[in-house]
Amino acid sequence: MYEGAVQDLIDELGRLPGVGPKSAQRIAFHLLQADSDDVDRLVTALTEVKARVRFCTVCGNVAEAELCRICADPRRDPSLICVVEEPKDVVAIERTREFKGRYHVLGGAISPMDGVGPNDLRIKELMTRLLGGTVEEVIIATDPNLEGEATAAYLSKYLRELHVRVTRLASGLPVGGDLEYADEVTLGRAFEGRRLIDA
Amino acid sequence: MPLYRDDAIVLRTHKLAEADRIVTMLTRTRGKVRAVGRGVRRTKSRFGARLEPGMRVDIQCYEGRNLDTVTQAETLDTWGDVIARDYTSWTAAHAVLETCDRLTEEHEPSVQQFHLLAGALASLAEGAHEPGLVLDAYLLRALAVAGWAPSFVDCARCGDPGPHRAFNIAAGGSVCRVCRPPGSAAPAPETLELLAALLTGDWAVADGSGLRYRREGSGLTAAFLQWHLERQLRSLSFVERA
Repeated sequence: MYEGAVQDLIDELGRLPGVGPKSAQRIAFHLLQADSDDVDRLVTALTEVKARVRFCTVCGNVAEAELCRICADPRRDPSLICVVEEPKDVVAIERTREFKGRYHVLGGAISPMDGVGPNDLRIKELMTRLLGGTVEEVIIATDPNLEGEATAAYLSKYLRELHVRVTRLASGLPVGGDLEYADEVTLGRAFEGRRLIDA
Repeated sequence: MPLYRDDAIVLRTHKLAEADRIVTMLTRTRGKVRAVGRGVRRTKSRFGARLEPGMRVDIQCYEGRNLDTVTQAETLDTWGDVIARDYTSWTAAHAVLETCDRLTEEHEPSVQQFHLLAGALASLAEGAHEPGLVLDAYLLRALAVAGWAPSFVDCARCGDPGPHRAFNIAAGGSVCRVCRPPGSAAPAPETLELLAALLTGDWAVADGSGLRYRREGSGLTAAFLQWHLERQLRSLSFVERA
């Protein structure tokens, strides 16, 4: 146990995800020895992020205004919506530069064991967006694990009733890997989603 | 560190650090085991897909002080992957897995619970019966294996041969007129017949039961389960019933 402010800092850092008591102690002492300017920059960044960042009222992505950068961009195709679990998934898809539509962030995946059901996600907001009639295709890009798969199954069940095209991101073999090391589930999905090679 | 190998069914997973997961499994010979799967959340992980809830795997781990570490996993049955494609079955499977997690203890072998779990997941994956019926059959049998077998015919208190009209959860099931405690429920005789069929595995009777009796039966089963577990089962409220 340290005195006053140092222990308070260690306790607060220890509450961050993935930071244990030892890591918290190491970061605290790093900050104690760092230049005041560096610490000030960190303090400003933390204050700014809480003061300025909020969630886009349309898609649920992180934004600094009412609409996020993507929803506010008129060049993005409004007939395509890609449904993702978290804002960080938006960044991952944006890095591909393949998708020109808009996003919808659910805020997680359905997990009954963790007490997360359909009403805890932004599914109602997605349905409301689709009622406008401009959306032609919904691409479900939830994580390729079983919770993501079940969430996709739930969404497709209700989205089909709204007469929009519902697609799911392909699952299969990672580029750069060897076929012999693929697990049965991934290889099975790769077979299911095989495509015709254009001549 | 000693290595061991076992037949295991994944009950649940928790995220750990950057790309790891804590995997809770029910093994055939070691009971419930908690192990770390290193790097399994990465898309290039060699066994990430095998360590998902509802999968049956041939697992190799090395023992740790608190948590074991998964070193190899080979798929034996991909029940979880099949079940996740049907939302109704998926919600039922989650209730099955959560119940198993609550009823089993770490490093206390429970072969009967293992076989019961395997049977329930296989049945949900095959889609041979309505998922709600499979779930209720599993819950009743899992409670019976744990020592809380309900009685749906004879009186649970005095053993007087039934069938009886009254049902009391605290008393252990059907009760005769003499033993009936105040506040006992009076379910339809068809509901008690359905529950007895689910407990004994008489699927001809269970599959032919009416919707009204299935609903009443699932309510009694859930109440019976939560009475004995002494806490709410989170996933039970999300189960989509027919």
